[in-house]
Amino acid sequence: MRQVIIIGSGPAGFTAAIYAARANLNPVLVASSVEVGGELMKTTEVENFPGFPEGIQGPDLMARMQEQAEKFGTEVLYDDVTELELDGEIKKVTLGSGTVLEAPSVIYATGSAYRTLGIPGEERLSGHGVSWCATCDGFFFRERTIAVVGGGDSAMEEATFLTKFASKVYVIHRKDSLRASKIMQERAFANDKIEFIWNSAVEEVLGEDATTGVLLRNTVGGTTSELPVDGLFIAIGNDPRTHLVHGKLDLTTEGTIWVDGRSSRTSVPGVFAAGDVIDPTYRQAVTAAGSGTVAALDVEHFLAALSDGTTAESALV
Amino acid sequence: MTAKATSQATWEQDVLQADGPILVDFWAEWCGPCRMVAPVLDQIQSENGDKITILKLNVDENPDLAMKYQITSIPAMKVFQGGEVKTTIIGAKPKFALEQDLAAFLG
Repeated sequence: MRQVIIIGSGPAGFTAAIYAARANLNPVLVASSVEVGGELMKTTEVENFPGFPEGIQGPDLMARMQEQAEKFGTEVLYDDVTELELDGEIKKVTLGSGTVLEAPSVIYATGSAYRTLGIPGEERLSGHGVSWCATCDGFFFRERTIAVVGGGDSAMEEATFLTKFASKVYVIHRKDSLRASKIMQERAFANDKIEFIWNSAVEEVLGEDATTGVLLRNTVGGTTSELPVDGLFIAIGNDPRTHLVHGKLDLTTEGTIWVDGRSSRTSVPGVFAAGDVIDPTYRQAVTAAGSGTVAALDVEHFLAALSDGTTAESALV
Repeated sequence: MTAKATSQATWEQDVLQADGPILVDFWAEWCGPCRMVAPVLDQIQSENGDKITILKLNVDENPDLAMKYQITSIPAMKVFQGGEVKTTIIGAKPKFALEQDLAAFLG
């Protein structure tokens, strides 16, 4: 029988699958129907994954992780989870197709979803100049003017990447200093096409059928001004994807799934969590992979203890 | 069944002159979400071959068409009927959501 169901197909999910499959736990991995690969599918060159000194494309790295997980027998399903029953000894995971998967343990590694600004025009002009994926959409802004909102690594990466196409890239940030790592900052500062607009918040995206500009408010003086741009790329961070487990698993004040100390054990026995969904701080491909490893090893211990204690009436036939 | 490719050269005949509804998937090699939605579109094509024709247009190789249809985000899927755009879907979505968006054509 199936020993573990892994939900999520980023570095955490696939690394957990590699370990679980090699431990003969017969894992099934629910990859989602369209977001297979997770956040790395939206990145270009990954330069900080150990073992790839020449860099590797995000989607290629994910394809390799999947290949490695499948090589050891992981079954990958391209479907979405619609419902979870985590309480009993046998966990039930219902998929969009209606299929119900059952196993004594679950690894929850759904990652995070991008944050929206929640301002007028944002949703209406999404896909018409407003974007969350520079690598997908930058191409369409050749010789145009773009603004990037955000002050972290992903904002710097997007801005730098977009200069390949755009004639001008503004980076709009609420504060007067960046949260991004030193190397990413320096790269952006050194780029002639990038101009920083400090202490400014985007209040509205302007335009009827296409983005024509943004309304900015100075976060110090409160004055507003219009900045004409053809595109707005939003890179203000991500939130853990926990909507399916609300009321089922304990969460932290930061909104991530609570786990016991350095382990992956959630508040429900047999349910483990890994990757960005438990990590409000580091959120790297490598830390997510490490977290997936922890979860697979925790599952192994859990199942071993379960079969030691309950051999006779074991649910693990 | 895999969705077939179209291009600038065959656009008129493949899309504008076609009888039934044609869904054109504007995509590119370097677009991760496009890679993710491609197998879903293939599946929809297989299951609805008699109702809709799904074609793929590579925006790298056909920049003029991408510009003409004001594509600024991919994957972008446009359903043409009688040479006109009837529906536009932007971004990769799960199969059931795409089927919902296309309900009028898959009926």
